[in-house]
Parts: sequence; structure tokens; C-alpha cells
Amino acid sequence: MAPKDKENARNDGPEALDSVGWTSAHTRRLVSADAPIELELGGTVGPVDVEYETYGTLSSRKDNVVFVAHALSGDAHVAGWDRDTAKNGRVWRQRKPGWWDAIVGPGKAIDTNRYFVICPNVLGSCYGTTGPGSLDEKTGKPYGLDFPMVTVGDWVAMHGRLLDALGIARVHAVVGGSLGGQQALEMALAFPDRVERAVVLAASARLSAQGLAFNAVARYCILNDPNFASGNYYDRASGPDNGLAAARMLAHITYLSDEGMHQKFGRRLQTDDGKKAGFGIEFAVESYLDYQGRAFAERFDANAYLYITRAMDYYDAAARWGEGSLVDACRRVRARALVVSFDSDWLYPPGDCKDLALALAKTDRPVTYANVPSRYGHDSFLVETQKVGRLLRSFLAH
Amino acid sequence: MTPQPRPAHKLVTDRELDHLPEGELEHRVTQIIALMKARRQRPAADESPRWQEEIIAKEIPMGASVLDLGCGDGFLLERLIRERNVRAQGVEIDPDQVYSCVDRGVPVIQADLSAGLLWCPDKAFDVVVLEETLQTLQNPRDVLEEMLRVGKRGIVSFPNFAHFRVVVDLVARGRMPVTPRLPFYWYESANIHLLTLRDLCDWAEGSGVRIVSGHVLVEGVPRELQPDDDLVAEEVLVVVERGGP
Repeated sequence: MAPKDKENARNDGPEALDSVGWTSAHTRRLVSADAPIELELGGTVGPVDVEYETYGTLSSRKDNVVFVAHALSGDAHVAGWDRDTAKNGRVWRQRKPGWWDAIVGPGKAIDTNRYFVICPNVLGSCYGTTGPGSLDEKTGKPYGLDFPMVTVGDWVAMHGRLLDALGIARVHAVVGGSLGGQQALEMALAFPDRVERAVVLAASARLSAQGLAFNAVARYCILNDPNFASGNYYDRASGPDNGLAAARMLAHITYLSDEGMHQKFGRRLQTDDGKKAGFGIEFAVESYLDYQGRAFAERFDANAYLYITRAMDYYDAAARWGEGSLVDACRRVRARALVVSFDSDWLYPPGDCKDLALALAKTDRPVTYANVPSRYGHDSFLVETQKVGRLLRSFLAH
Repeated sequence: MTPQPRPAHKLVTDRELDHLPEGELEHRVTQIIALMKARRQRPAADESPRWQEEIIAKEIPMGASVLDLGCGDGFLLERLIRERNVRAQGVEIDPDQVYSCVDRGVPVIQADLSAGLLWCPDKAFDVVVLEETLQTLQNPRDVLEEMLRVGKRGIVSFPNFAHFRVVVDLVARGRMPVTPRLPFYWYESANIHLLTLRDLCDWAEGSGVRIVSGHVLVEGVPRELQPDDDLVAEEVLVVVERGGP
């Protein structure tokens, strides 16, 4: 190991002064088996267990809560190093810290010396919160596609239940990127009196037709994988890994930008033997996507991917709260809002994000909207940690 | 923005120049020479770079709503929030300036003013500020109209291109003026629509806009606007309202 690598390893590990260190998730039953809840689209579910992580210390007045909402493939493990990988089997977490470790920690933009950070895994996901892979107590088998359809509204209702269970009346801020940003918006709409600040990164009030199209292809890949078995693959030797990997490959393309891909991979070949003879992995970009696809299939549940992408498709803040008018919907909001877009993002394009910010502004609320120049596409909200960190740190401080 | 019919451009012809009032040209030149001489004998004046903000802070009532168009780093709005408890909203095009606003706790929308303020309802703000922004805009007249649509009052400040120092630069040096208030060479200046005090007054008169009050910066010292200030005003600040008296 080169001296520089050694240094980095030490600075980036759980012992680093600005890391939240070793983490352990909590699980809480928020809905009991004998009192299932009704969901937005008519189904019912119960019991519901929610896995969540917290960092920092809740103040005695419970007024320092920063609620983080995760995105499509995210989980409650926002920061630090999972202590329980041997127990929970999430071995990939041994290689890297939580998904927003650059932003959340002692002295970082979301400063855990100051704030009490909470992030739950969403209903229908596969990281400890009840979802299609959970055991259906009625049948003794995993739900599979018998799991009811869930929505962003249902997730946020569950966030409300979690806050209730923790005795937290109001949050200092709710923060999220992408599908997490839509949860932040929905939380400001559904619980106007519980949210003081809402930070919506790389997200708008609804997904565009192009975004719907990407999700449709992703689901097609999963649903048509021969191992999908109508979603009842949990007791089989293999699940729809190829379909899920293909879905993830497509998703990764939507997270990057043309320019970003050009800079990262160009037309570089993976091997330099010069042979152009087959359909294997030849270009660097192919290798990258192949790796991302396989790695994802190891850590994510295909059914959960179906449910969560559908929730993403259905979300439309204007339809849900304003009878089609985003401005009318935004009249509910009491929070101070920060909306951030990234100029190379084509999943939630800047124009759509700006429309949300301007709808909020139209209701006489003070609003901040920033369009960050970046070539990292939709991923920018995770990658542009300096700019995003500066915006978050300052916005949360005022 | 709704396109508005524009009056045909009125060309100032040679003939009109020939018919300036008797002795007008000679009078102005004499004035300019006298001002230049007086300037040489005076010590260098204080630059008071933020002089407008003192006046704006006084003009804005406690608790008012204020929209600052081209709010820069948010310095003015931060002060107004602190001193005047205003409901502040800034608009700024430059992302780095936007981050500075957020650092100061100033709500700001990153947007190009040339695109109008479609998001903003009529008379949504008590005061709309255009501080040293007008001359940098692609379509300053449209933005002035928008200012008075969304605001009950407007406050506009700009460098006066008829200031004698500017005129001398242009006439005696034969080059685009570079002055403390216009510190850029022609090829790097953001000032693409330079105007004078009289130009602003003409616009107001032609657009049914009333100038409620005015201030000028003269030799680095702010004072109230007086008649015939157009050669001595380095910068101008006017408070304007739609409609007659």
C-alpha cells in the first residue's frame, strides 16, 4: 500500500474524526399485525417493521432533527460503517461507508455534533423495512407480488409514524435527493406544521415522460427474466438477477451525463489486445455497467425494484395536493424550501426542478433555488459534495 | 413575457442637433471644463461603494416584502432582514453569488431576469430593487415593466453615463470611458445598456411612471437629486411608482 493510500484508508475509516463511526440500525414495529393500515392505492399492510439509523444526539427539546430520505436504491445506512454486516449479511458494506458519508458526520455539512439525523428505509424496500421479500404472516411465505402497491405518500405517512414513535413533533429539516427529494417535498406537503425546512435535491414534483420510460424498460427487464417466476423466486436457486442487472445498467446511464461518460470512459477499450471479434466486454463503459449491474443484483431485491420504481412513477405532488395545480399544492407548505438542480441531470432536469421552486415562490414563501453546474448528471447530488455540502450547511444554519 | 408593441425608433437627426438651443453646446462644454478644473483641486473623494444601501435601508418600511433583482451576494437583503425584518427574496443568475446568498441566509432564486418574472404574481412585493443591474440586462425596459408589475414600488440605481468624467473620457480621450463607477474596458464590461439620468426620466415620463424621490452620488457623497444633476451625478438612485401623482 502506498503511503498516500494508507493515509486515506485511515482518514476514511470508522475511526476518522469526521465519521459517525460504527453504526447499528434500529428496527421498530410501527404497524401491528392486528391493526393493518390502509394504503393510498387501496391495499392494506400489517405488520410493518421499519429499519432506521440515527446519528448524533437528540436535544432535550427535540428540536435538532434532520430527517434524511433515501433514493430508489438507497437504504437507512446514510453514514458510517455498518457494525452488523456479519449478522445482516450486507457484506458489501464492509467495503464502503454509508451512501452519504461525505455529507453526514461530525463537522460535516449535516453536522452530527449539532443535529440528530434520522433515516428510515422505505416501505416496500429490501433493507429491513417490510417489503415484498418479507414474510406474509397469513401464508408463511414471502409476499412477492402479493405485497400491496405503495406510494411516496405511504412512505411519508410512515415517516410521520416513526417521528410519532420517537416523540418528535417537528423536524429542523427534511433532506433528500432524487426519490428522496420527492419524499422531502411530500413531507412538507403532508405535514406542513412538522417541517421547518425542506431540501429537495435533483428532484421535481413529478417524473417526466422520459423518466417514466426509463422505469418501464427497467421493469420489463425484470418481469421478462425467465427466473422471475411471477415474483415467487425467493426459495429458488436463482432469482431474476440478469433482469435486475439490466435494469440497473439502464438506470446508471440515466444517472450520468453524456459529457460525464465521455470524460470517465471515452471510447477506451477494456483490453488492449486490439481484437474486435465478439460480444463480450470490450469497452470500458461496458465493463463499468456490467460491474454495476452484477453488484446491484447481489444487494437488491428485484420485486422491491418493481414496487419502488412504480411509487416513483405515480408520484405527482400537483395531482395529490392541488387538483393538478402545483401552485395550489404548494400553498400548503410552511417550510422554508431549498431546491437544487444540476445542469447535466436528465432524469430530473433543471427546468422541472425550477418549476417546483417557482411554484413555491408563487405562494409568497421564501424559496431558494440553485442550479449547480456539474457534468456528473443526476448523480451530482451524491458526487458534488463540496457544492451540495456548502448549500446544505448554510441553509440548515439559518 | 408578453411582447409589447414598441414605438418606432426615433432617430436623433443631425438636423435636430443643429437646432440645439442657442449656446447649449458651448454652455455644456464650459460646464464640463469647470467641473474638471474643480475636480483637480479637490482631494480624492471617498468611493462609498455601497452608498445606495444606506438609502434603500431607509426607504424600506419595517416588515415590508422586498424582491431584489440581481441581488448579487445577498449583502443588501441580509441587511434588510436584520434591520428591517423584511420578507426577502433575491433573484440572481450567477451560481457562485447564489451560494453566497445561501451562506448569508438570504432566499434566492437562480434565474435570468431576461426571462421575466412569470412566477411572480402582480403586486406580490412592497418594494422591488434593481441595484446596479439595469445597465447589464438584455432587455432593461421589459425588466423595468416587470418590476412595476410585481412590486408596488421600484428602486432603481445605475451609473450615470452623462457624468462629466465619462463625457470627458469619451470626448477628450476618444475612448470608451473607464471610471471608478464604470471600471471596465469595452471588451470585458457587463454594462451593455448604459443610460443617463435624463434617459431614465424620459422612460418614466413615457411609461406613466412617477419618480417619487431620487438620490445621486456626487464626488463620492450621496445627496438628494436636484434639477440639472445630470453632469455631476456619478450614480443615480430613484424610487418609482406606476401611475400619476
